[in-house]
Amino acid sequence: MQNPAIAVTGISKTFRLHTQGGTEIAVFRNLSLGVDFGTSLALHGPSGSGKSTLLRTLYGNYRVDAGSICIRHDAGYLDLARAAPRQILAARCRSIGYVSQFLRVIPRVATLDIVADPLRQRGVDAADARARAGAMLERLNVPARLWPLAPATFSGGEQQRINIARGFVADFPILLLDEPTASLDAANRDVVVDMISEARAKGCAIVGIFHDADVRAAACDRVFELAPFRDAA
Amino acid sequence: MTTPDSRGGSYNFAYLDEQSKRMIRRAILKAVALPGYQVPFGGREMPMPHGWGTGGIQVTASIIGRDDVLKVIDQGADDTTNAVSIRNFFLRTTGVATTERTADASIIQTRHRMPERKLQEGQIMVFQVPIPEPLRWLEPRESETRTMHALAEYGIMHVRLYEDIARLGRIATAYDYPVQVNGRYLMRPSPIPKFDNPKLDRNPALLLFGAGREKRIYAVPPYTDVKSLDFEDHPFEVQSWDHTCALCGADDSFLDEIVTDDKGGRMFVCSDTDYCAERRTADGANAEAAE
Amino acid sequence: MSADLPLLRVSQVSHFYGDRAGCRDVSFDLWPGEIIGIVGESGSGKTTLLNCLSARLQPSHGRVIYRDRSEVMRDIYALGEAERRFLTRTDWGFVHQNPRDGLRLGVTAGANIGERLMAVGTRHYGNIRDTARDWLGRVEIDAARIDDLPPAFSGGMQQRLQIARNLVTAPRLVFMDEPTGGLDVSVQARLLDLLRDLVTRLKLSVVLVTHDLAVVRLLAHRLMVMQRGRVVEEGLTDQVLDDPHHPYTQLLVSSVLQA
Repeated sequence: MQNPAIAVTGISKTFRLHTQGGTEIAVFRNLSLGVDFGTSLALHGPSGSGKSTLLRTLYGNYRVDAGSICIRHDAGYLDLARAAPRQILAARCRSIGYVSQFLRVIPRVATLDIVADPLRQRGVDAADARARAGAMLERLNVPARLWPLAPATFSGGEQQRINIARGFVADFPILLLDEPTASLDAANRDVVVDMISEARAKGCAIVGIFHDADVRAAACDRVFELAPFRDAA
Repeated sequence: MTTPDSRGGSYNFAYLDEQSKRMIRRAILKAVALPGYQVPFGGREMPMPHGWGTGGIQVTASIIGRDDVLKVIDQGADDTTNAVSIRNFFLRTTGVATTERTADASIIQTRHRMPERKLQEGQIMVFQVPIPEPLRWLEPRESETRTMHALAEYGIMHVRLYEDIARLGRIATAYDYPVQVNGRYLMRPSPIPKFDNPKLDRNPALLLFGAGREKRIYAVPPYTDVKSLDFEDHPFEVQSWDHTCALCGADDSFLDEIVTDDKGGRMFVCSDTDYCAERRTADGANAEAAE
Repeated sequence: MSADLPLLRVSQVSHFYGDRAGCRDVSFDLWPGEIIGIVGESGSGKTTLLNCLSARLQPSHGRVIYRDRSEVMRDIYALGEAERRFLTRTDWGFVHQNPRDGLRLGVTAGANIGERLMAVGTRHYGNIRDTARDWLGRVEIDAARIDDLPPAFSGGMQQRLQIARNLVTAPRLVFMDEPTGGLDVSVQARLLDLLRDLVTRLKLSVVLVTHDLAVVRLLAHRLMVMQRGRVVEEGLTDQVLDDPHHPYTQLLVSSVLQA
């Protein structure tokens, strides 16, 4: 693999719950994986196998006990396991996007601005960013009357689509997707699958968790089994 | 005019003992060296209450000599209670000559006014100051106001002027209008009307300020720049009147409004009684000469 | 702006009250545009640290170095008092928990905003008014209230006025001590949103002290968790909150009620 988008080498993750008598939960041990640009990798394993945990470590959200998580960033590699906070934030601004299962709602901020935010952080001017955000929401069938509203009271499916729009609007070279289609109807699920395929075709490296086997088959060209690393932990 | 022999009485010349006078003179010298800076001094108790001008009296007592000619004014007049009692005090304790004529005086002690007649080199004005600290209105801590003076942190004075304009449409402060001396220290000019502020600027006389209760002395040496604070778009202005003096016809002096009867009758006359009298005498002389 | 030097460099700052340590051996760099949150319960030393950082309390040990506008790294406790006071009134801001500590209650809203401008030499009344009106708008206060006194304002408005008063000189670094404390929840949300918008737009660097994890989640890029005067955990805000390692941080995070 030359110039991979993501190169994970020998990472281990154990949670120590000090508030619960120091219980240790080993999630995975000595895990390595690589992802190329223009490919899509599905993380697979039974519930509790650490898929979400791994995805979060790839975003720098969870820390690892050992190993390195190198991602392509600004014509070089950044090891998220050792990077300073501001370096990780810079990578999240330009190089790596993440669509979580749940939208973190910010009081009073309009839907359109939530979606436009990743572009605004990169310095795209407000009008341009909003236009692109609007196009993305339209594609995901979020009615325009909702755009000026804060999504706190929206349904789960609506919030999920806003989250997806926010993840895809900025054309991140690396995209992490945590069950992006979980609460969507069939029509919207197909839209998301199309969006993933298009992103991959444009060279985006994708790592995702997809419960729906059809979606997984349509969106991914490779599956990564976590079970062996859990057993090793 | 009688001049009682001060040496015959039980008081020292000018009441204060010589040590106290020297101490006050040292404070005055320091004040002259740092124009506008408030010099603390060991104020003495005087045989009259604070508020009657004890600060100014101590300054005058420390600088007055046997050859001086003293004038004392209150609200511009020489014949009001405060002026008369202070003049009598120095008459009894020094025996120096006194005058009501600004031009003849070597020392002029004042409350509330500066004479209209331009002062000359060699003259000294002594101001009685009730509250010396211009920053006191916003900052009660003396340690903090001293730091603010030391660092020339004076922006807050403009906040006060800003408030005047915001609430009243103009800078309404009419007395004790803050000034900056020699481009450095912020100073309260004592409760003179702002009409008199331009007279502080580059005045040929030495201006001394004494605050008895707070025990501070400050000074504006001759020909020192004294600038009244203002805004570029709300420049400093002095009061003006639609009237001229009803007695002497002056259109350039500070006028007092006098109620003349119970039916609303009123007249405007010069607050500076000496200035007014001088003008009327001159008019009389001119009239006689014309006959 | 040279991005390869921090705006604030804090090295081994300790402050002792007699034998008791207020804060102990704290070091970090704050970068331009970065917001660092300091969390911990009362008595954890976060306010002592904030005062040490903001030139209000000389630390017993350690140094606080600030990169000034001429790109010179200055030890703030080696500055002369005049320089230090000027710095704190122009280049820095300080937002108090209680707006009454940060406002002049006896002068109008306009004068509260204009004071810093007048302190740095602005002498044009009309310009000061215009700037004050502009800032009232930015903090969502009706410009028609420019001549009202702060006590006539609600708590939330007072806090917004305090923020405007601090930001009017375009400071580069702002210290905030529980800026949303003491406000109703609905008022808090509005203030947080406003703060988030302002700090992003003005690219402010902020040291934010709070015990409210929701506030740092929303505003802070980085987090320091303090306990008994020491920093027990630090890192990216979402790392510390979502994957806390230290027992005390885990306790803090697990103690938050989920609404």
